Amino acid sequence: MAHPTRRRRARRDPARILLRAFAGLVFFFLMLPLVVVFPISFSAGSYLRFPPPGFSLQWYERYWNDPIWIDATIRSLQVGVATTVLALAVGIPLAFGLTRARFPLRGAIEQSISAPMIVPHIVLSIAIYGLFSKLGLIGEWYGIAIAHTVLALPFVVIVLVAGLRNFDLNLELAARGMGASRFQAIRRVTLPMVAPSVYSAAFLAFITSFDELVVAMFLSGANMTLPKKMFDNIMTEIEPTVAAVSALKILFISILLLLSLRFRKAADTPIAH
Amino acid sequence: MASNSDKTSGDLSVTGIHKRYGQVRALADVSLTVAAGEFLTILGPSGSGKTTLLKVVAGFETPDEGDVRVGGRDVTDLDPAQRNIGMVFQNYALFPHLTVERNVAFPLEMRRVPTAEIRTRVAEALALVELTGFEHRLPRQLSGGQQQRVALARAIVFRPTLLLLDEPFGALDRKLRESMQLEVRRLQQRLGLTTLFITHDQEEALVMSDRIAVMDSGRLEQVGRPRDIYEAPQSPLVADFVGESNILSGTVEAAEGAAPAVRLEGGTLIRVAADGAVPAPGARVRVLLRPERLGDAGDDPGAENRIPGTVVESIYLGLSDKYRLRIAGGIELLARMGASRTARRYAEGDAITVGFHAADARIIEVR
Repeated sequence: MAHPTRRRRARRDPARILLRAFAGLVFFFLMLPLVVVFPISFSAGSYLRFPPPGFSLQWYERYWNDPIWIDATIRSLQVGVATTVLALAVGIPLAFGLTRARFPLRGAIEQSISAPMIVPHIVLSIAIYGLFSKLGLIGEWYGIAIAHTVLALPFVVIVLVAGLRNFDLNLELAARGMGASRFQAIRRVTLPMVAPSVYSAAFLAFITSFDELVVAMFLSGANMTLPKKMFDNIMTEIEPTVAAVSALKILFISILLLLSLRFRKAADTPIAH
Repeated sequence: MASNSDKTSGDLSVTGIHKRYGQVRALADVSLTVAAGEFLTILGPSGSGKTTLLKVVAGFETPDEGDVRVGGRDVTDLDPAQRNIGMVFQNYALFPHLTVERNVAFPLEMRRVPTAEIRTRVAEALALVELTGFEHRLPRQLSGGQQQRVALARAIVFRPTLLLLDEPFGALDRKLRESMQLEVRRLQQRLGLTTLFITHDQEEALVMSDRIAVMDSGRLEQVGRPRDIYEAPQSPLVADFVGESNILSGTVEAAEGAAPAVRLEGGTLIRVAADGAVPAPGARVRVLLRPERLGDAGDDPGAENRIPGTVVESIYLGLSDKYRLRIAGGIELLARMGASRTARRYAEGDAITVGFHAADARIIEVR
């Protein structure tokens, strides 16, 4: 009897109403750019203006038919995938080491992992530029991928370390007690169970690279990544192609995010065979 | 799998095991043998080293000194995977991402048993723990007791030489715990599995074990049958840890007749059990007196000892009454008296004379 009355009262609670209003405001604030970008990308006008004078697909067409835009897109995808693979290849063993092994300076290493997040990208970029120009890596897509791996690594390691800390080590011991080698135990038990963290880490690594501008400006030379091309485009000609590209990017990242959530869910609730 | 031809259990012998973690001594010269088919319990408080011992046997820890032999084979330097030991973990350690069937199949898959055989053996193991029909559930869809059974099935499906149980009943409620204890014991006897069981619950140890090894501060205090551990503890620590106890300090007096006598610190003279070596007069000793062996002196004319005292506290426990008494010299005694219809009940402040037999007062320490 007491329960429903308490509920009804809770709903009228002013603090609750305030919280909802605040949440709504934050949501609106976050969504506003989308509300502007999407209509402009379909603009019939020839320069950036909101609201658009009319609607057309001309800016999407222009993007699609311009080999420079397409090249930049492919390069960014390439760099993003390579960054993801590299960051996981380095990050997974590193996270295992940080959570499992006992060695000197472990604490210091774990602390310094987040350094690339703290150091301003421009400083990092100059440093990497100096190094890479000696190595002849400027203008090469894999040069950018290596630099992006440095940026993505903190995210990957932080997410994986959190995942591995939550993992019950007894599960791995149990597997080994039942005849699994160390490697088998990790492959059959640990990795499937920390898979949600691995998917999150992969996603973060990819978008860290895919949306990165500062490092790309220093390292890409003539071979632009997508953010660099977008930046150049805005600097030189103010026309809605950028809006169209942005809309496509948002769509692409959203799909990627949904997929990674899907994977995480699938990893959480495996289907009985 | 219950047939005799399948009996693969072997004996376990642990010799001179030492293990330190930095400054902390976890195991100090532990030696122990468990006969083939025997159920031995390591009983000890938390931090006594019992889990470390289990890990050393399982192969998850390497001892600093000493060796471990299972079924006559020295396994001290073997990887856990090669020891063929089944283990049930405290929290069961079921793989949450695998179904019951896949969990139980895991050790067989690791041994590359053919798929068809895996299927029959998993079915057999699940039938043994009465979980047929739960094959396709995930661990989290099971109750605590069912999870426990899966863990058990998984630990025995590969016919291990030795079964290790690490406080497996801790998470269960009392009723379920008691029925699982009996069930595990029956299964163990039926399969003739050599079993090393770890617990801090003395009642559990008494119920389940062929023998009990009491452990404290990394040492084995006493190893013996449950009855010996309870009735003839060899140290105050064992007496105190297993069951309730009164441990009284006193001095041995010159024996008159057969029964030796001890003068308690408060001046009371009591007759104590004569078995074992009775120390010479003048020796300082400690005497164990189990609360349930103290009775109303009026009900027991045969009791050699009669001690007057006052009830300090009276607690009703249903099955019995528990009294805290004060005797000469301010010494406090715990007494448990049966709740039979004829039993007299005492209230706080009442005078009482408790009686007990000399055979129930045992010298457990000479100082």
